[in-house]
Amino acid sequence: MINLKIDGIQAEVQEGTTILEAARSVGIRIPTLCYLKEVNEIGSCRLCVVEVEGMDKLPTSCNTLVKEGMVVQTMSERVVEARKMVLDLLLSNHHRGCFYCPQNGSCELQDVCNEYGIEETSYLGTRKKIERPAKDSHPFLSYQPELCIHCQRCVNTCAKMTGRHAITLGKTGMFNIIEAPFGEDWDMTLCESCGNCAQACPTGAITEKRKKKYRTWETKKVRTTCPHCATGCQLDLIVKDNRIVDVEGADGPSNHGLLCVKGRSASFDFVDSPERIRYPLIKNKETGEFERATWDEALDLVAGKFTEIRNNYGGEALAGFACSRSTNEDVYMLQKMVRTAFQSNNTDNCARV
Amino acid sequence: MTNTIYDVTHESDVIMLVGSNPEHAHPVIGMQIRQAVEKGTRLIVADPREIDLAKKADIHLKLRPGTNVAFANGMMHIIIEEGLTDETFIKERTENFEAMKEAVKEYTPERVAEICGIDPDLLREAARMYATADRAPILYCLGVTEHHTGTEGVMSLSNLAMMVGKIGRPGCGVNPIRGQNNVQGACDMGAAPNQFPGYQNIVAPGIVEKFEKAWNTKLNPNVGIKATDCFPKMITGEIKGLFIFGEDPVRTDPNTSHVIHALESLDFFVVDELFMTETAKLADVILPGRSYTEKEGTFTNTERRVQRVRKAVEIAGETRPDTWIFTEIMNRMGYPQPHLTPAEIMDEISSVTPSFGGISHARLDSEEVAGRGLQWPCPNPEHPGTPIMHVGKFARGLGYFRPAEYKPSMELPDETYPLVLMTGRILYHYNACAMTDKTEGINQIASESFIEVNNEDAKKLGIADGEMVAVSSRRGRIKVKASVSGKTREGECWMPFHYIEGGANWLTNDALDGISSTPEYKVCAVRVEKLS
Repeated sequence: MINLKIDGIQAEVQEGTTILEAARSVGIRIPTLCYLKEVNEIGSCRLCVVEVEGMDKLPTSCNTLVKEGMVVQTMSERVVEARKMVLDLLLSNHHRGCFYCPQNGSCELQDVCNEYGIEETSYLGTRKKIERPAKDSHPFLSYQPELCIHCQRCVNTCAKMTGRHAITLGKTGMFNIIEAPFGEDWDMTLCESCGNCAQACPTGAITEKRKKKYRTWETKKVRTTCPHCATGCQLDLIVKDNRIVDVEGADGPSNHGLLCVKGRSASFDFVDSPERIRYPLIKNKETGEFERATWDEALDLVAGKFTEIRNNYGGEALAGFACSRSTNEDVYMLQKMVRTAFQSNNTDNCARV
Repeated sequence: MTNTIYDVTHESDVIMLVGSNPEHAHPVIGMQIRQAVEKGTRLIVADPREIDLAKKADIHLKLRPGTNVAFANGMMHIIIEEGLTDETFIKERTENFEAMKEAVKEYTPERVAEICGIDPDLLREAARMYATADRAPILYCLGVTEHHTGTEGVMSLSNLAMMVGKIGRPGCGVNPIRGQNNVQGACDMGAAPNQFPGYQNIVAPGIVEKFEKAWNTKLNPNVGIKATDCFPKMITGEIKGLFIFGEDPVRTDPNTSHVIHALESLDFFVVDELFMTETAKLADVILPGRSYTEKEGTFTNTERRVQRVRKAVEIAGETRPDTWIFTEIMNRMGYPQPHLTPAEIMDEISSVTPSFGGISHARLDSEEVAGRGLQWPCPNPEHPGTPIMHVGKFARGLGYFRPAEYKPSMELPDETYPLVLMTGRILYHYNACAMTDKTEGINQIASESFIEVNNEDAKKLGIADGEMVAVSSRRGRIKVKASVSGKTREGECWMPFHYIEGGANWLTNDALDGISSTPEYKVCAVRVEKLS
């Protein structure tokens, strides 16, 4: 174990821990932008700098390991000034159209700039010379280079978390550029449309296009389990005015924050679709058309017909199949209905098919 | 799964993936397998197609469809011959090994290579890699189960894992990556003709009586009929009334024409549905149920993990919770069932199901569980759940080696239907598409069906990539777009089963597995023709 002092607080951490994680372990928050634990620890944004006794330069705490006896200051005057400078420089290349940015209100850059009182930049952006067009031909995802801070969270999420390597880091002269695969030829790229990059992005550079349709502060989150395959990914439904407008991956035991395209983008539009059946329907035998009925009419007909078949031919002339997309509680009650009311064990689910 | 998704993808030295394409069917597991491979885990893929993971694999055994049992027997033959078995495990934890040894004697690598269409040395290499790894899970999916010998395929993989002692440890096990979100739960909850909740067998002494007492009514003691066996009985009139909750067998069962004929033969047919599916169109009454976002409850994932589902919205109209619908029908048919909340229903489940004895909504929502769910068996409220099964002892006591012989698929190619058709899932849709095709972007990406045809076959038939072709089998004929590539082998085709227009199940064979009655979706004989 390593002992060190952070802002006067004694900390004891495992060898190999970063200063940032050591600070977090004793409840001290150091601001970050590019940092994603175990995914992106490259110190590129330099916002997480701290002052360490005996070191001339301010090291980035996200990738500097603790040493025995270290004395760290996370909020010294020098550190705060350095962070302001970092933000000032980042803003010089960041298009400040927050008014129409889909990330407005949930932008990490906006949050730290507000925290450090940086509203304008004092520099002329150096990237202006290499302005590149937006890439937004993908049905769900969009990349706006003028909002990008080149933190590489997306690159390393795509590489290390999804193992897909669809987003890569390129170079133009001295500048790093993000090669996002959302241009016209997106379907020829490796992109699987999972959107984990958009969830990782700290600004509005990579976003799910639907994010334009709501503001984060108008929504609530409901933690649930994905309705598609049996991986059991945990996700948050983003709800605005009784409508689900988006989905975010949550840190569940089987998905660790990741989602696929179906979980993120195809798990909620169907809920309030105009195609939903919203009333009981009984087929008119003469016309073959379904007609709206009351619940009492429909349930009395169902119970009456099934009772008639059960009484005339025995319960074994009836069957009831459960849905393996529905909940345990639903399935339990369905099989209970077949066994008790139908008097039959002809119950099954779609596991066989 | 005997193990967890985390341990098989993060704590294994070798992963053996058989008949599974997780990058499409279970993408977040696919992502974690890719992570594992990049960090140095070796990968063996046994699959007829050039799936993407096969390109990352150390060994790709391109098995001829329907030959899994021969493949597993061949692996075991090599493991025994080369002395790579775990003798201590076999001796202390299993029985019937001698019979197993005898049964695989004839499965020499050369003979198996001939049956499976692979290189015998590659099979040897795979057997050594799997057997000598300290930790190696077998992951499998419908490529193993959807055959008329599917159950034997699963048993053969279990034999293989037991022989090398790779059961009951982290990063090991026999792990079916199950299909639907709650297919594990639907089986656990007793929606099965021979089992009450928690796999309590109807014919086991005292079980019917136990449920008669719990539910306070007389119950039918006769084992019921499996869903796939019900369809022929609808045609003969033995089954006259059917209630389907949320399934769309017209799209998802094999031999679509036969399914439609069966459902049309019923005296009375009711569905509880969200949408006017192909199946719902045939119903006499449709009851509007609720989606996972409009109710409380739980799903059980492929690692037996029970996790919460929570209500987020209400939609306009007169939909009702599905449990309300079932309760109303029970009461109206004369069984007095009080209306219960989903939490109360889970309490009843845990009171009658020993493996769920410690599971409740309150506990799942507690700080103790911290959003990580509970893996059954979880017999009491103090039990932390069971991440890994069969640790130290198998559920049945000793692990039983159950040998199986290779049997060819029921319908093999011939002069009239010269190609083998396999079916499967694609990344952008789920099963019958009822949910996924309501998202515009998904339809922009994957709007229509297709058939993968091998380059050489396409050349012989004069078919170009992207061209519409006719595909027929003994059961139906469809028109569909050809996707010409080297992804399947010569003589083999592949189709997604999601679509109704140009859908694979007009063609698939309704031959069933002798034990589970699972249809042989993965092998049928077809003819592909150029449309003039």
